[in-house]
Amino acid sequence: MFYREAGDFKTSYQSDQATFTLRLDKILFWGLMAIATFIVPFFVTEYWEKSVFLPFFIYSIAALGLNILTGYCGQVSLGTGGFMAVGAYASFKLMTGIPNLDMFLVIMIAGLVTALVGVLFGLPSLRIKGFYLAVATLASQFFLVWLFNKWEWSYNYSPTGQINAPTRDFLGIDVTGPSTAPWATYLFCLGLLFIFAWITRNLVRGHIGRSWMAIRDMDIAAEIIGVNPLIAKLSAFAVSSFFIGVAGALYFSVWLGAAEPTEAFAIDKSFDVLFMIIIGGLGSILGSMIGAAFIILLPIFFKNVLVGYCGIPTDIAEFTQIIFIGALIIFFLIKEPHGIVAYWRTLKEKLRLWPFPY
Amino acid sequence: MKKFTLAAVAAALVGSMVPASADHTIPLLSYRTGPYAPNGIPYADGVTDYINMINARDGGVGGVPINLIECETGYNTERGVECYESTKGQGALVYFPLSTGITYQLIPKATADDIPIHSMGYGRTSAADGNTFSHVFNFPGTYWDAASIIIKHMMDMEGGSLEGKKVALVYHNSAYGKEPIRTLEELSKKHGYELLLLPVDHPGQEQKSTWLQVRKEKPDFVTMWGWGVMNQVAISEAASIRFPMDRFIGVWWSASENDVLPAGDKSDGYKAIAMNRPGTDFGAYRDIQKHVIDAGNAAGAGDQVGTILYSRGMLNAAYMVEAIRTAQKIHGAADITPGMMRDGLENLKIDQARWTEMGFDNFTSTIDVTCENHGGPGLGAIQQWDASSKTWSLITDFVGADRDVVDALIEADASAYAAENNISGHCK
Repeated sequence: MFYREAGDFKTSYQSDQATFTLRLDKILFWGLMAIATFIVPFFVTEYWEKSVFLPFFIYSIAALGLNILTGYCGQVSLGTGGFMAVGAYASFKLMTGIPNLDMFLVIMIAGLVTALVGVLFGLPSLRIKGFYLAVATLASQFFLVWLFNKWEWSYNYSPTGQINAPTRDFLGIDVTGPSTAPWATYLFCLGLLFIFAWITRNLVRGHIGRSWMAIRDMDIAAEIIGVNPLIAKLSAFAVSSFFIGVAGALYFSVWLGAAEPTEAFAIDKSFDVLFMIIIGGLGSILGSMIGAAFIILLPIFFKNVLVGYCGIPTDIAEFTQIIFIGALIIFFLIKEPHGIVAYWRTLKEKLRLWPFPY
Repeated sequence: MKKFTLAAVAAALVGSMVPASADHTIPLLSYRTGPYAPNGIPYADGVTDYINMINARDGGVGGVPINLIECETGYNTERGVECYESTKGQGALVYFPLSTGITYQLIPKATADDIPIHSMGYGRTSAADGNTFSHVFNFPGTYWDAASIIIKHMMDMEGGSLEGKKVALVYHNSAYGKEPIRTLEELSKKHGYELLLLPVDHPGQEQKSTWLQVRKEKPDFVTMWGWGVMNQVAISEAASIRFPMDRFIGVWWSASENDVLPAGDKSDGYKAIAMNRPGTDFGAYRDIQKHVIDAGNAAGAGDQVGTILYSRGMLNAAYMVEAIRTAQKIHGAADITPGMMRDGLENLKIDQARWTEMGFDNFTSTIDVTCENHGGPGLGAIQQWDASSKTWSLITDFVGADRDVVDALIEADASAYAAENNISGHCK
């Protein structure tokens, strides 16, 4: 009745190909963004910043990155944790090596370094596919973590191999270090997530994104119609690793402020991000964010409900939480193999026809 | 300008949301799940029962009860940060996360928030330098003290010299396990032994190759920096290659009943360094029995009472209670803030007479914290496991570390941290 194209005339190609073709969609999206940018920062506390928003934003960026590679280009990767480590250690070296560098530049350069490493580890994808590629990227996961454990230069010869983020700023406002204001890091990460989601959206509907999807759907056919698999696959690896490197840099410098390779960037990080995109929805930007929220925020929600409100002992609450989340994952995978985002799509379709479905 | 107003408003909001609590709030960052639970559970039970005993027997400290908030970290730093942020707003007086990784994470944050951290014999060793680390305490001893005392014991066994011997370190491949390496390297230069480093990756269930290497290299001694399931697996593996158990010496975190019991009789003779006496024949235990366990309020399953790590949890809680008391005395107020708690920790003095009053007669070493020295006396004794009677017993007295070596290393690492973070030192 209210959510439909009727009366919403498009007079140019530009408006016809806009991201949000429905007026209501557009209003809702920009309204949400306005609330997130102009209202939430006034109310965000350190708990919400450090335990809810930052992890959600950062894992969303990582999931977006992996979704480009796996969801859009069809190359399965289990190296996410390793690439996050590259981003984190690159940002650490930049922060300590060039103390006056602006944090935005640090994050971007860390992303570029990770993109380079990602291309390097993407080379085998030209020869191997599917599960075999997953195993090859698994090697990068273990190799990179081993490297940052062994290579003393990468952690500035600290006796424990632990890296700590010093205080650095973005345009004069501290965004790393122990005494940052919650609104500053919140807006910094929100801004980056917005930029990366916008980039992804415009990449995947353009020339490059189409070549990725062609490779994903059938690589031989794509090659015959003129898609260069070398460029398509390596560009997917580069862009994906860039995003994941940025996520790793933010994870270490802005969110946690300290990291050690074996714990922070272990294989379970790779699996977590892979689960995010599978549960959220492969080949979907919104899906990446829903998946990140599902894997990161649901356990915290359950913990607060079970321990905070119900007063259940912490260990029993923890096991209950694991059972709940496991059951939910199985439920969603059976009921909706295309991810939670498919529910959103169905809902939108239904809304368009409501109240007169045919 | 707009940003500044924003910051001011945000700060005001955060400030107004911190409730004024009438209790002493102490968060217990514990782990009762995951691969480190075998060690996390007895420790958390010990802390909880002791605090409950103080509340039941004395009605708290100075008439103000202690409110213990437990938060599960799973030994994971991300969740540790979540626990820190969620309990900080409730007026937390002090943090003791029982995790070196989480301690590293919290050192800068807690210092900025003016909340003290007590990492008892774990965490960052150079935090013993109180001049640089104003809010971090790691008494009664550090990893480097432990490493030095273990080497001393090896020397005693070898008749005073380790010249030409081979010592292997089996360690958890993390910041925790890597802590003693620098000290052991320094000591190897001094005493002429060869050091063999054998990392074990998290969680430590797979150690076949590590112990194959031990069998091949035939070290004269093995020392271990392990935690969680890694401990029991290492002791079982050592038994299976028939490594002489009395030449296998663990740090005080590889020293509990849960570590040696799975290997059964084969773990007989395993040694570890101790910071407190084993057993339950102490006044504090009798009070816990009377006020907590007999009242049916035992923490957890109640099956860990009397174990090494349970005692250590009690000891940690006893330090905290005594620090609150000291803080109340210094500031003349019953309700204390985290900042006052820091002063309490920094002026904590417990001699043997006071320990006896507290129900810990001849239990552990004397504590005398000063502004410069947050690391305590750094004493340790060697304990040995008797598998037939299933008991630990001390086989040496409490001895000190090689202060020349350890203090120089602490000095070097602390001054590097101070230079990195522009810390000028807060002691006059």
